Amino acid sequence: MKVVEMMGITKEFPGIKANENVSFHLNKGEILALVGENGAGKSTLMNILYGLYQPESGEIYIQEKPVVIKDPNTAISLGIGMVHQHFMLIPPLTVTENIILGSEPVDGGIFINIDKASRKVKDISEQYGLKIDPFARIESISVGMQQRVEILKTLYRGAEILILDEPTAVLTPQEIKELFTIMRVLIEKGKSIIIITHKLDEVKEISDRIVVLRHGKIMGEALTSEVSTSQIASMMVGRDVVFRIKKETIEPGEVVLDVHNVTACDDRGLPALQGITFNVRAGEIVGIAGVDGNGQTELVEAITGLRSVKSGKISLKGKEITNLPPRKIIETGLGHIPEDRHKRGLVLNFSVAENFVLMEYYKSPFAKWINLSYRAINDFAQKLIGRFDVRTPGKETLVRSLSGGNQQKIIIAREIVRNPNILIASQPTRGLDVGAIEFVQENLLEQRRNGKAILLVSLELEEIMNLSDRILVIYEGSIVGEVSGEEATRDKIGIMMTGVKGEEEKGEKCVGAETVLPFVQNDEL
Amino acid sequence: MKFHKEHLIEICIPVIAVILALIVGSIFIALSGKGIFNSYSALLIGAFGSKASLAETLVKTVPLIFCGLSVAFAFRCGVFNIGAEGQLLIAGVAVACVGYAIKLPAIIHIPLCFLVAIIAGGLWGGLAGYLKARFGAHEVITTIMLNFIALKFTEFLVNGPLREPSGVSPKTPHILESAELLRIIGRLNISIFIALIVTGIIYYLLNRTTAGYEVRAVGFNPLAAEYGGINVAKNVVLAMFISGALAGLAGCCEVLGVFRYFMPDISSDYGFQGIAVALLARNHPIGVLLSALLFGSLSNGATKMQVIAKTPKQIASIIQGLVIMFVAADMLVRYFLPKKKKE
Repeated sequence: MKVVEMMGITKEFPGIKANENVSFHLNKGEILALVGENGAGKSTLMNILYGLYQPESGEIYIQEKPVVIKDPNTAISLGIGMVHQHFMLIPPLTVTENIILGSEPVDGGIFINIDKASRKVKDISEQYGLKIDPFARIESISVGMQQRVEILKTLYRGAEILILDEPTAVLTPQEIKELFTIMRVLIEKGKSIIIITHKLDEVKEISDRIVVLRHGKIMGEALTSEVSTSQIASMMVGRDVVFRIKKETIEPGEVVLDVHNVTACDDRGLPALQGITFNVRAGEIVGIAGVDGNGQTELVEAITGLRSVKSGKISLKGKEITNLPPRKIIETGLGHIPEDRHKRGLVLNFSVAENFVLMEYYKSPFAKWINLSYRAINDFAQKLIGRFDVRTPGKETLVRSLSGGNQQKIIIAREIVRNPNILIASQPTRGLDVGAIEFVQENLLEQRRNGKAILLVSLELEEIMNLSDRILVIYEGSIVGEVSGEEATRDKIGIMMTGVKGEEEKGEKCVGAETVLPFVQNDEL
Repeated sequence: MKFHKEHLIEICIPVIAVILALIVGSIFIALSGKGIFNSYSALLIGAFGSKASLAETLVKTVPLIFCGLSVAFAFRCGVFNIGAEGQLLIAGVAVACVGYAIKLPAIIHIPLCFLVAIIAGGLWGGLAGYLKARFGAHEVITTIMLNFIALKFTEFLVNGPLREPSGVSPKTPHILESAELLRIIGRLNISIFIALIVTGIIYYLLNRTTAGYEVRAVGFNPLAAEYGGINVAKNVVLAMFISGALAGLAGCCEVLGVFRYFMPDISSDYGFQGIAVALLARNHPIGVLLSALLFGSLSNGATKMQVIAKTPKQIASIIQGLVIMFVAADMLVRYFLPKKKKE
């Protein structure tokens, strides 16, 4: 039976057709993977199904009946549940309080019957093996468990069809395995699942069938068992994709960046870095792996002078740069691709040309006395636009109006042409499509070939493993382990990402026990 | 610079806002029982009908240009200066002192007065900037408070130590002749040219210099500016100093050109109207010239409108308020623009 069928869906946003005549269906008891590059229209399509957007044309059938889904409440009443990429949970409230929010069971019209709700939460948790403690506060449970709370929330509201939007983006490899187990249980119990993702190995592992979107149109549909990952990838991108990155051996040179016993606080004043020590040498890429929020942001900011270092020492090419103003550090020979290009990396309301000189506008030839030389700035921009193939209507176009990939190209071009001794790349491929990712990674390797030191911070384990000569794992503000690029495996790094020290050798089975343990404890509460 | 479609919209919004304000304003005129056409034509005659009325309109426009530039400049650095009024008063009283107490040839005396105004207004504004940069005190709060302090302090001065001994009303003594700005017609004086030159300087400073690049970068995205090595705190203080200095120039021209003495009433809320002027101008220096002229003519024309058409002059204030409302609600105004064609 087709539990969902969308026919001829078209959705336009100003200047772009996000979905164009899209048709697909979801069978009962199947996991359908909706794949495509960023901006292919996956999320738009699912937001239409969940009632967040209204399509310009097209029909939707749920359980083979035509429906109009005018808002999420309608979607919920039709048995559709959506788990967003960013969780919609209130941290200080308990699991149960979060789950019943908006549909509180009340006695006598005013009193919330929390016991009744908790029992129901516990029942559902047990039924699907979610291992959730109904009384735990959201802020005190792991990200993986928060995600299961989101899933439970949809089940609590009677969802038969679950939409998971990029569910693995925030999880450790072990948590991803857990999630997949849960998804299989859900299917066994008769639910149907649509999973949005662009990670192809996960698609192969979990889904029964795939639908590929590109530029808002359906590019193809296949049973997962009948296609290879490279076939899916070329459907997504529209051409063949090289997955393996060619990396020649380079003997690393002198130490360029030396970080010694550095501590720093986060924005709330809590310790974020607890004595970090490592170095990066010329001609090597050092990768920092870790689950989001373990001090990566603070580490990069501390090195680049954007956050004050409480204790410890950072030197660049033998010169101490601890707590120097950012400009001094930049001038010592540091390039920085920030993790958030909108927040940090670009002035969106500046033109392409103005953004190219963000670090150097005050130097000759861009500045003459107090004046800016727009001629020099524009010439420079024209050169970089050509060399890095930035797709922009012109050098005076506001950066705001460019695509994410082209915005990232501007940052990378700007940071690389300054020829820095060390390049710090923080999540340089986040939110980019396959083509742009290739571009970024190729440029990082090019810098390595030129004998530059590179510090790569990324949440994408695949990227870290592909590019790095050495991999450091960060957990709660400390480096908990180091492995060389050749020895690295997902499992090895994955274990360390959960805080287990690298030196302690642990087998696959122990890992399982390690991650399951907390849930058992919660059940006993 | 090439002319983009977005620029056209930027210009259209204030123009449409003014038109909408005049249309809605006519409802209020009708409610007051007067003729709409009569009232508006009286308003126009009052503002531009004769040499004398045009001159008086420009007299009102000059301080609005300075105050509009003041607010706009701070805005471009992401700082909301509500304190132009206080900066104007502080500079005004300082200029009145220097203009009265020091005997110098005009060629030195006048520039000295301007320098004093720039420093006095600049420090008064820069103080709020420093409090923001150093302690994170919000500039909206501090500049409002500094307004009260400036107003009460100058009131005290003109009632006490600086009061003209023989004067009937509390004001400072007449400044020396060597400090007076040359008058053209009526009270209109050469400060109008100074205002035009300063507008040009501010435009150049913002768009063509490295300092302007920093100010704009901080205004658009302080985090990116910091990442680019720009000292955000320094720029906030500097922008507030320049902003205060511009408001100070308004006070200076009022004292040296229009009144030739100081009392707190030399400002008819110019500092506050400057916020409206900057808002309508969308913080563009050239736009400030035009919107200052609009506000200047509205307030000057209003008196005439009341005399000729018997329409209450408060209508002009209502129109000013409506203009700001429509500019602030620019989504509403965009609704009247031709829709983007579907590609």
